[in-house]
Amino acid sequence: MAHTTQDHPTLANAFTNNVERSHWHDGALWFVRQKRDRQAASLPEWERLRELASQVKAHTLANLPEYLERFEKQAIALGAKVYWAADAAEHNAIVLKILRDNSVKRLVKSKSMLTEECHLNPFLEKNGIQVVDTDLGEWIVQLRNEPPSHIVLPAIHIKKEEVGETFHKHIGTPKGNADPIFLTRAARKELRQKFIEADAGITGVNFAIAETGGIVVCTNEGNADLGVSIPPIHIACMGIEKLLPRIDELAVFTRLLARSATGQPITTYTSHFHGPMPGGQLHIILVDNGRSRLRSSEDFHRSLHCIRCGACMNTCPVYRRSGGHSYSTTVPGPIGSILAPSSTPKESKSLPFACTLCGSCTDVCPVKIDIHHQLLTWRKELAGMKLVSLSKRLSMKMVGWVLSNPVVYKSAGWVARLGLRLSPRWLVYNRLNVWGKNRDLPQPPTRSFRAEWAARKRNKNREEGGSR
Amino acid sequence: MSSKSRQSMLDTLRKQSIESVPLPEVIQGNWIEYPDPIAQLASVIQSVGGSCETLPDIAAVRSRIMGYPEMQGAGRVLSLVPGIENHVDLESIQSPRELEDLDFVIVPGEIAVAENGAVWVTDQGLKHRVVYFINQHLIIVVRRSAIVHNMHEAYARLNLGTAMFGCFISGPSKTADIEQSLVIGAHGCCSMQLYVIDSLVADDASLRGDTSETAVTSNVIH
Repeated sequence: MAHTTQDHPTLANAFTNNVERSHWHDGALWFVRQKRDRQAASLPEWERLRELASQVKAHTLANLPEYLERFEKQAIALGAKVYWAADAAEHNAIVLKILRDNSVKRLVKSKSMLTEECHLNPFLEKNGIQVVDTDLGEWIVQLRNEPPSHIVLPAIHIKKEEVGETFHKHIGTPKGNADPIFLTRAARKELRQKFIEADAGITGVNFAIAETGGIVVCTNEGNADLGVSIPPIHIACMGIEKLLPRIDELAVFTRLLARSATGQPITTYTSHFHGPMPGGQLHIILVDNGRSRLRSSEDFHRSLHCIRCGACMNTCPVYRRSGGHSYSTTVPGPIGSILAPSSTPKESKSLPFACTLCGSCTDVCPVKIDIHHQLLTWRKELAGMKLVSLSKRLSMKMVGWVLSNPVVYKSAGWVARLGLRLSPRWLVYNRLNVWGKNRDLPQPPTRSFRAEWAARKRNKNREEGGSR
Repeated sequence: MSSKSRQSMLDTLRKQSIESVPLPEVIQGNWIEYPDPIAQLASVIQSVGGSCETLPDIAAVRSRIMGYPEMQGAGRVLSLVPGIENHVDLESIQSPRELEDLDFVIVPGEIAVAENGAVWVTDQGLKHRVVYFINQHLIIVVRRSAIVHNMHEAYARLNLGTAMFGCFISGPSKTADIEQSLVIGAHGCCSMQLYVIDSLVADDASLRGDTSETAVTSNVIH
């Protein structure tokens, strides 16, 4: 998906215009958030795990070159091949070369946000490789020619009737059948054939362990394991930030990931690959693609701690209502709104503003990224880069002037209270006031806080004076 | 192309001055423990769509499995557990593709984790690791002594680092990708049963679950 220059409010409009769908989407994600809460509450050590995870990530990223070299050495010793890709183009070229060297025509893929980020599918298809996404949600969006709208729940924006329609068109399920069990079974049957016919499988990587040279892949459907246990070639694509020092640390993360992501105690399959399967091949590609740039940023390097659980999306009041496509980035939602502007500030300039600064994302993040603080920092950065609209810059300047000037502030409050009370509705609620869309402003108080405070003080003095 | 990038990627990272943070100690022995780990294990496995039952021995497991309605008229049944009949000669099978029609797969598990219902299986001595995933019904048998409280204990028992495949399996495969409706049976197994037994009648040491050194030796019995 190419980066569009459309901004978040415009794209969100398309989603929120369908009020019923927007509410349903909101509820579906909130349900996942609640499941996450129950899992978090089931462990007395939850907060300790988050703290540990945060420290482990900070340590690993600080010592990344050493851990990458150690991982490479160990992985090679186990029989894997390790590749280094500076950017998406190099990553895609490496994958294609491996496939060509092995005459691979048919490829099955499990979910990998990295390959989405690199736009691997269209590249391989252009080069004559048949690519099938085997995660059910990813397959649905692939058939519909859409990008995923969530990193863990790729098809969360789609209604079952639409899935039924898509399957009817592509695999001939009966028209009008929208039963999730029936549709899942139909997909199982269809994709089972793809697994059997595949020449190679691609997976992402959830965690890579420097100490052992192993990689860990977490799924619920079993698609990653089928995809790399039937065909003999396994290509694993990973961002360089996926590294962990040792197995000890892995335990912390396998406890946090699924609980935070979907509210499960662990994913159904947590697969540990140490070397290729007997007689097979394991290729591991280490990808930078902008990660080192983030690492060097004083303000945003902590966003590299992200383990892609999606908890920040499930809890975000903006994401839940506006849908993942409104961000038009590979990783949507709060964390995506930090990541995207670092590579494409112009295209993603509206994203740090798609946030109420409520801080819920920061509260649920399993690795304790201070997400909403970083979003606020991005706003400042973007303003400095003159990427914030003139009207916003001017109004901010004005607010700054009012707030730094006590006399003006006092009279501005008076004008606003009086104005809001006396103005006719059409004057307050019109196209210029986006805050008045779908909601009423609170009733203005009759007097200011200062006046209220002074009055109280006077009363108190009088009472004390009277009792004496 | 790749080796050039290797050097430049490492150089870029090395040039950045990042404040180092010490690796925190992940202290063992201070994590959640359950008064009744088997009850916890059973309840978690049930909550993720599987089932878990404690039986005295492998003979009881065998008769329980033979009583499944699905077992009547089942196609191929692969058993890697001594004491339960195996009908598939894995060694003679060349390609994992030939295992597509596996109905029941009965395997030993090395470790079962009470906190999340995850059971550890590996490909040690196993010709085709796909057997864990390409079946309709997965049955895992573990010994009572193989149950640990939490993931830290589990990893401490594993001997990772040699060339091998290992997987924690928690319940049957599942998806909620269509409107968040949970559907059991995505691409992997459609049902998963765990049996916890005290000991094996046939050959106790041959069942995985003995997590010391025997775990890395071949213990798949045909």
